[in-house]
Amino acid sequence: MTAPATTSTLRRLMNRGTAGVRTGGNQERRLPLSRQIALQVVLLFVTFTVLFPMLWVLSMSLDPRNLSRPDGLNLIPPGASLDAYTKVIEAPTSNPISFLGLALNSLKIAVGASVVGVLLGITAAYAFSRLKFRGREALMIAVLAVLMLPSVATITPLFIFLNQFQIHFGDLSFNLRASILGVTLAVISAQLPFAIWNLKGYLDTIPKDLEEAAAVDGASQNQIFRKVVLPLAIPAIAVTGFLGFLGGWTEYLTVAFFITDPSDWTLSLALNSLVGQFARTTTWSEFAAFAILFALPVSLVFFVFQRYLVGGLAVGGVKG
Amino acid sequence: MATAVAALPPQRSRGARVQRGVQPYLYLVPAFAVMAIITFYPLFFQVWMSFTDFGQINFRVKNPVPAEYVGLDNYIRIAQSKLAIPNFEFVRLVLFNLWWALSNVVVHVVLGVLIAVVLNTKGLRFRGIYRAIFIIPVVIPQIIVATVWRNMFDPDSGAINYALQGVGGLFGVAATNPALHLDWLRQPNDPISWLPLPLAYFAMLIANTWLGWPLNSVVATGALQSIPGELYEAAEMDGASPWQKFRNVTIPFLRPAMLPYAIYGFVITFNLFFLPFFMTQGEPFGRTEILVTQAYRLAYDRRLFGVAAAFAVYLFFLLLIVTLITNRLAKATKSYAE
Repeated sequence: MTAPATTSTLRRLMNRGTAGVRTGGNQERRLPLSRQIALQVVLLFVTFTVLFPMLWVLSMSLDPRNLSRPDGLNLIPPGASLDAYTKVIEAPTSNPISFLGLALNSLKIAVGASVVGVLLGITAAYAFSRLKFRGREALMIAVLAVLMLPSVATITPLFIFLNQFQIHFGDLSFNLRASILGVTLAVISAQLPFAIWNLKGYLDTIPKDLEEAAAVDGASQNQIFRKVVLPLAIPAIAVTGFLGFLGGWTEYLTVAFFITDPSDWTLSLALNSLVGQFARTTTWSEFAAFAILFALPVSLVFFVFQRYLVGGLAVGGVKG
Repeated sequence: MATAVAALPPQRSRGARVQRGVQPYLYLVPAFAVMAIITFYPLFFQVWMSFTDFGQINFRVKNPVPAEYVGLDNYIRIAQSKLAIPNFEFVRLVLFNLWWALSNVVVHVVLGVLIAVVLNTKGLRFRGIYRAIFIIPVVIPQIIVATVWRNMFDPDSGAINYALQGVGGLFGVAATNPALHLDWLRQPNDPISWLPLPLAYFAMLIANTWLGWPLNSVVATGALQSIPGELYEAAEMDGASPWQKFRNVTIPFLRPAMLPYAIYGFVITFNLFFLPFFMTQGEPFGRTEILVTQAYRLAYDRRLFGVAAAFAVYLFFLLLIVTLITNRLAKATKSYAE
């Protein structure tokens, strides 16, 4: 399969790409002014296309007229007000759940998927990266095969499987499938293979000298793992954890499929209910404010740590 | 793949060696125990389901009704497009999905490389600022990208049509002109008469290009910076034109990095759920549906679980074929890379 052969090469190249702001050559030749201007014009146009959707959304969210629909192309709003933000923080949808409630549900899924994925993934990644055992190739192919499969392909059987765990106790009833816990399990099912693969990719790039030295000093396998490998793998754990968090934070498919009670809604579900034919009562200003509040925390972290994160995307993106 | 060699002490007592035999599996148990329950078991259950008429009725926990075995019926009905849902044509769906992935990758790679080359020009000002801005599409969650673009392509209030009308106004075209009031996501007639692709496809292509070229540019930048400057100087001494330099120096160095990434991009775009699902919702007439969105609709909207399971099995084998072909492509070009 394609992933193992190219992951490390890609990661190397991508890190170089994001890291290298320094110019390549030794001597900086001066660019003729006409060409400098021509290139700047091209790049300014590209900048405009990149920023256009964001300016539009930002402008709508701040528009003091609380636009039910935009009446023109206002990339800079006539004045600014945070009314749309206050509205979506209090009552984003017609359901009685606040932005904070939605965010809390998203957070539960994100943290659960990220923590469990990394905890379970790191030991398996270590075994795949460093230990020799029978069936290693077969098990790795099993992980890869699941990794390649889009999560849509497992959603139906997971629905049926989780739906079997129901407890009815008088008025109280609990259905694992229709709970945040069930959704988290479904997200973990999709994220664990990715966590294993991403962590293994990083461990493969760590030199083995230290571990060999520790082994010569008589450290056991467990000691080597705990005292040598784990500290070295912290950046990888952080990256994998964040990408897992991002996946859980924005998870839509399983939430929409599994969840029935509006109090268990997440941000992604609410966002979808603010667009298109569902959005008869929502103003576009509110949609814009909601989208910004939804994206901002994860996008900021991503932007700041992009240098470490884009390499992981090459693997993670395969998962739909 | 077998690059990882176990770093183990050479001499150990007998007891330690026995432990060594078991230990690798102990490291694997937590992950694989969980995967066995919530990943592998559902997958096998799915294969069984694909041979049944599993539906809503078989869900009951109390007094369950067993699903009926129907053999290959689900598979045959999918392949013959004989499902009781509108606008389902299996062959068209697969072909559109392949074309969707291929056309995107070509556009993304070409744009990504071109912008990377421009950004890599010696003596260019504000390079760092541009690089920082151009990565922004990558850091925004895809569900937000898709929903925002859906609103942007709105026929009445969308930013794209407003922008078109603004540009048209500069040339004296009235804003009411239908050419500046496009029904991007639903227009039933194809914009290019000899090309059987709806306007919504082009809208999706635009949105996904916005999303897709920056990472290609990052990969290309990494490759460009590994080209030794002497090669360009030598080419210049031989009197090479800028185009000749690009073709004979730049492209051979870009290929080993771009090809694997293009293959990745193909698989990613092939399975890109968000855009067709949130932007076009398969409109017009299911023609912008791709396999993963159709699979979701079969299960979620139609509750045809048996059919959806068979569809997922098809999807698995299609992906396997795509992977094997792209893997062969990657191997054939590997000699460039190392």
